[in-house]
Amino acid sequence: MNAVEPLIRLSGITKTYGRGQAAFQALKGIDLDVAPGEFVAIMGPSGSGKSTVMNILGCLDTPDSGAYEFQRVHVERLTRNQRALLRRHYLGFVFQGFNLLARTSALENVELPLIYRGEPAAARHAAARAALAQVGLKGREDNTPSELSGGQQQRVAIARAIVTGPAVLLADEPTGNLDTRTGQEIMDLITALNRERGITVLMVTHEPDMAAYARRVVRFLDGRVESDGPNNPSSGPAGHLLPEGEGKTMRPSAAPGQA
Amino acid sequence: MLWNTLILAMRAIRRNVLRSFLTVLGIVIGVAAVITMVTVGNGATQAVRDQIASMGSNLLMVAPGKTYGPGAEPAPNFKDADVEAIRTQIGNVQVVAPVTSKSITAVSQDRNWATAVTGSTADYFEAGNWELEDGRVFNEAEERAGKSVCVIGETVRANLFGQQNPVGSQIRIKQFSCEVIGLLKAKGQGAMGQDQDDTVVMPLKTVQRRLTGSQDVNRILISVRAGASIDAVKGQLELLMRERRKIAPDEDDNFRVLDTRQLVQMLTGATKILTMLLGAVAAVSLLVGGIGIMNIMLVSVTERTREIGTRLAIGALEHEVLLQFLIEAVVLSCLGGLTGIALAAAASVGLAGVMNVPFLFNPAINVLSFLFSGAIGVIFGYFPARRAARLDPIEALRHE
Ligand SMILES: Nc1ncnc2c1ncn2[C@@H]1O[C@H](COP(=O)(O)OP(=O)(O)O)[C@@H](O)[C@H]1O
Ligand SMILES: [Mg+2]
Repeated sequence: MNAVEPLIRLSGITKTYGRGQAAFQALKGIDLDVAPGEFVAIMGPSGSGKSTVMNILGCLDTPDSGAYEFQRVHVERLTRNQRALLRRHYLGFVFQGFNLLARTSALENVELPLIYRGEPAAARHAAARAALAQVGLKGREDNTPSELSGGQQQRVAIARAIVTGPAVLLADEPTGNLDTRTGQEIMDLITALNRERGITVLMVTHEPDMAAYARRVVRFLDGRVESDGPNNPSSGPAGHLLPEGEGKTMRPSAAPGQA
Repeated sequence: MLWNTLILAMRAIRRNVLRSFLTVLGIVIGVAAVITMVTVGNGATQAVRDQIASMGSNLLMVAPGKTYGPGAEPAPNFKDADVEAIRTQIGNVQVVAPVTSKSITAVSQDRNWATAVTGSTADYFEAGNWELEDGRVFNEAEERAGKSVCVIGETVRANLFGQQNPVGSQIRIKQFSCEVIGLLKAKGQGAMGQDQDDTVVMPLKTVQRRLTGSQDVNRILISVRAGASIDAVKGQLELLMRERRKIAPDEDDNFRVLDTRQLVQMLTGATKILTMLLGAVAAVSLLVGGIGIMNIMLVSVTERTREIGTRLAIGALEHEVLLQFLIEAVVLSCLGGLTGIALAAAASVGLAGVMNVPFLFNPAINVLSFLFSGAIGVIFGYFPARRAARLDPIEALRHE
């Protein structure tokens, strides 16, 4: 990992919410390197700063201090519009709450980032259909979110995130609103994207079952990185293999206790 | 870029048909109200103008008494000599027609009809812009001799003769009978709402001898030559009448000179003020419609804050979100404007028909209202759009 140029490098990132008496330091100096093609799970108790760091990584929020380099570009020095363009061209988001446009077909939802990229209609439709097919929603193009199950909605959201071919997929508790079985299907999909398309994945989860899919686990505690290392039997289910194909049936039945 | 944003705006409108409809409703009603009020008001003004024109323009009327109506001091009538003096001593006068009227009941066979007889000369028809439907007007010989001949209006014909042509028939007035020699073309309502066609016109002498029994003249109509100053003629007329009626310099006039032009100004002024007033009320409703748009846009921004967060998160630029909202608002208000124009056209035609005034299409007010509704879209669409676009992506996404 040290040999490879990091795609993402956070150094000394701090973030404080509120002011004065109400001030709360959510991040107390985060250092984190992510190499291209990694699949990183971010874990930790609620309120430990996972979402805050994801939002900073996704350029949705800005840190108070510290440096964020994305492909050696100092993101903290970019303007608002430049950060938007970084999101547009390099980042894909998957949210816990899906965040699809209501009363809008799956196809139009997936097309949305391409419209902002100015793709012509024909290319846009083709790419959106391909992305929907890739997440297993062929034939559901015209359904609106209310006509889809939670898992299907998250698939649409993933299709929307990957339709532009991003370098990084950021997912904040993507399975948090889904039942275990559906969550695993989504995890299989994300894993496949990481494996087959080389998309770097950063995913927040508090479920060890889901973290087990990642190759590296970063644990947060009180705004700091508590531990960072490869996903091994002591931090995940014993002898777990990355699920592919029949992997679904090999998933661990239970996970060791987690804060 | 613009095209893509247009697609996004149209999708947003299509997605929220009911909300879009409610948004434009204010504009539709406002635009329709403004255009209808102004159009019908213009029609009413035109109707008044037409009615006065039918009385004859450039017309002066001299009547005894300073004022008209109850409480007016009685004043002597005019004499034939006054008419002659006007004819000879005042320049720029086209025709001078003495008028004496009397309420009578006209009878033809078994039908009778209460109307008014006007005694005058053939000049009366010229001064009053009367045209003949049939027959002729009386000639000088008949005037001088005070012949029993008359020209009748359409209302009198309808009541005494039904569908028949009255020319050549006799009507009886009091003790004498009178030959109908002409029928006047219908004029309709006068400026005061009276029926101008309810009239019987005879030579002055005939009326004086057989009906009033005096040499008095009730009124004098004077039509001023085209292009001449009506005010100048009016001034001369007043001087002459004061002199002839021997009014001392410190005394008030005991007669009045009325001017159809004044009447036009007075009456069209009144309808114009009314039009403006109605237009203003309607304009307020248009403004309220605009505020409605702003309100709904603001609410929709609140509703759509998360959506905006999503758009920003997937890489929309601030100005793209701004433009989308702007286009949405402009498209909506222009649609509203066009619908309002269509509605106004229907309402104006209908109202003009009911009110019996002409329908005058007024392009200026239509264009103005349309532009105004577009402007409302820009103004009231811009501020909510700016608020939406300036949100921090994470703030917008966190919005509950
Ligand atoms: N917008 C905010 N305003 C104030 N405090 C916040 C805000 N967002 C998060 N926090 C606080 O910062 C801490 C870290 O939050 P977060 O990163 O969302 O935690 P996690 O995702 O790990 O549960 C929490 O204590 C939370 O209460
Ligand atoms: Mg969180």
